[in-house]
Amino acid sequence: MVTNFEIQETNRMIDEANLDVRTITMGISLTDCADSDLNSFCRKAYDKITKAAENLVKTGDDIARQFGVPVVNKRISVTPISIAASACRTDSYVPVAEALDSAAKTVGVNFIGGFSALVQKGSSQSDTVLINSIPEALSVTERVCSSVNAASTKNGINMNAVKRMGQIIKEMAFLTKEKDSVACAKFVVFCNSVEDNPFMAGAYHGVGERDLVINVGVSGPGVVKRSLEQVRGADFETVCETVKRTAFKITRVGQLVALEASKRLGVPFGIIDLSLAPTPAMGDSVAEILQEMGLERAGAPGTTAAVAILNDNVKKGGIMASSYVGGMSGAFIPVSEDNAMIEAAECGALTLEKLEAMTCVCSVGLDMVAIPGDTPDSTISGIIADEMAIGMINGKTTAVRIIPVYGKTVGDEALFGGLLGRAPIMQVNRFGCDDFINRGGRIPPPVHSFRN
Amino acid sequence: MKGIITVIGKDRVGIIAKVCVYLSDNGANILDISQTIVGGYFNMMMIADLSGAEKKFEELAAELEILGNEIGVVIKLQHEDIFNVMHRI
Repeated sequence: MVTNFEIQETNRMIDEANLDVRTITMGISLTDCADSDLNSFCRKAYDKITKAAENLVKTGDDIARQFGVPVVNKRISVTPISIAASACRTDSYVPVAEALDSAAKTVGVNFIGGFSALVQKGSSQSDTVLINSIPEALSVTERVCSSVNAASTKNGINMNAVKRMGQIIKEMAFLTKEKDSVACAKFVVFCNSVEDNPFMAGAYHGVGERDLVINVGVSGPGVVKRSLEQVRGADFETVCETVKRTAFKITRVGQLVALEASKRLGVPFGIIDLSLAPTPAMGDSVAEILQEMGLERAGAPGTTAAVAILNDNVKKGGIMASSYVGGMSGAFIPVSEDNAMIEAAECGALTLEKLEAMTCVCSVGLDMVAIPGDTPDSTISGIIADEMAIGMINGKTTAVRIIPVYGKTVGDEALFGGLLGRAPIMQVNRFGCDDFINRGGRIPPPVHSFRN
Repeated sequence: MKGIITVIGKDRVGIIAKVCVYLSDNGANILDISQTIVGGYFNMMMIADLSGAEKKFEELAAELEILGNEIGVVIKLQHEDIFNVMHRI
């Protein structure tokens, strides 16, 4: 029988340290909606999503009540639209984005991911249509998230796509200039993207997945920080052990919620993604964990080592707790969504270059970074190319979600609101890379990709 | 199905009575109960068997929360599994 102490420990994690289930994400395949007529495709997709996810939000809320743990977001991911809609005869997928947006609103989810293309080796006609549609699609919809996989360890880096990414990011920044270029916050460029990631903006339902699936993302940076407060001054073995034990407990809660959601919805369970994902709420910060480890600020020397320890031990604890740990699983380091990261950037402790180093060992990449609105397209492509190279060579997922905030520059601040938070505009290296980006073509995969 | 009920708040007359009356009215059998009062603050933990209850778990949890608001304490009903998975391998 559980003890009073255990009950109190669990409830303190929930009440005081913001332990929550960050998202229950339903993956929905749209491959069976294929149609040469765009409107028919949109109608079929809308109908399938609204039927499959009809009870998703209510089920999430009921489970939250049952276990007394918040289930913050309910979301949907779909098959990359460049694949699902490839039979459509059209030169724009904006109507598809609108159909996804209205399906999301009908069932009450706050984001729907999968307005995506996988172009690591090259672009099909449909991929090109999709990529050209992204800026308008993200500016006329509210809840649609988009991603492009531009590189992988197996295939190398599609530098034509990387070049194009710089252009469309600037385009969507301009189209949403009234709202601090918020469209860019809903778009991410990946290397080695994963098919079962439940977190936005990068979630999509991979083609290797079944028809419907439930993936759950759990979080709790506050819980990890609280437990590290108990071992101040102890050596690294103790730090690692503490992070691991805490990650284990958090993941077990995710597993419980995922199995219950799967049972209630009659949809198979896919994976648990244990990611320490910060929010702008007080005490829900990854940077505060780094400070608790002994850094004055995130970005100080030692930060990369601290992130590496955190990321690795979160994975180790998570793997012990569930057989199906997937997605990203590790520590996210978004700037705008983390109060202590924002402060670190504001006081000059955290630079773009240090962030890039941190992405070599964190779970994803450069995330929610605001830069001056007049940054050249090619510079943005250069930043993306660097991040893709880190992912390709190290066989890990990396990503770039960067916001060139229109009309703002270093010293200003961008306000996105809600979970997306606020971000100080960060300094970008002023030296150019035009000729490098303009070469085009594909960077071949590294030698260690040939493992057969 | 077992539920864990925790009550936290400023001590006053009749907290346990109110909770127990509610539970018995709804067919829940109390298996274990423990309480402490520190500095005037009331802290109670109760394990109840809810298999005889007619109402759904979520409904019971919501009604207990309302009852807590009425008497000025925080009452939580949680399925015991959340504690089992977290603290038992």
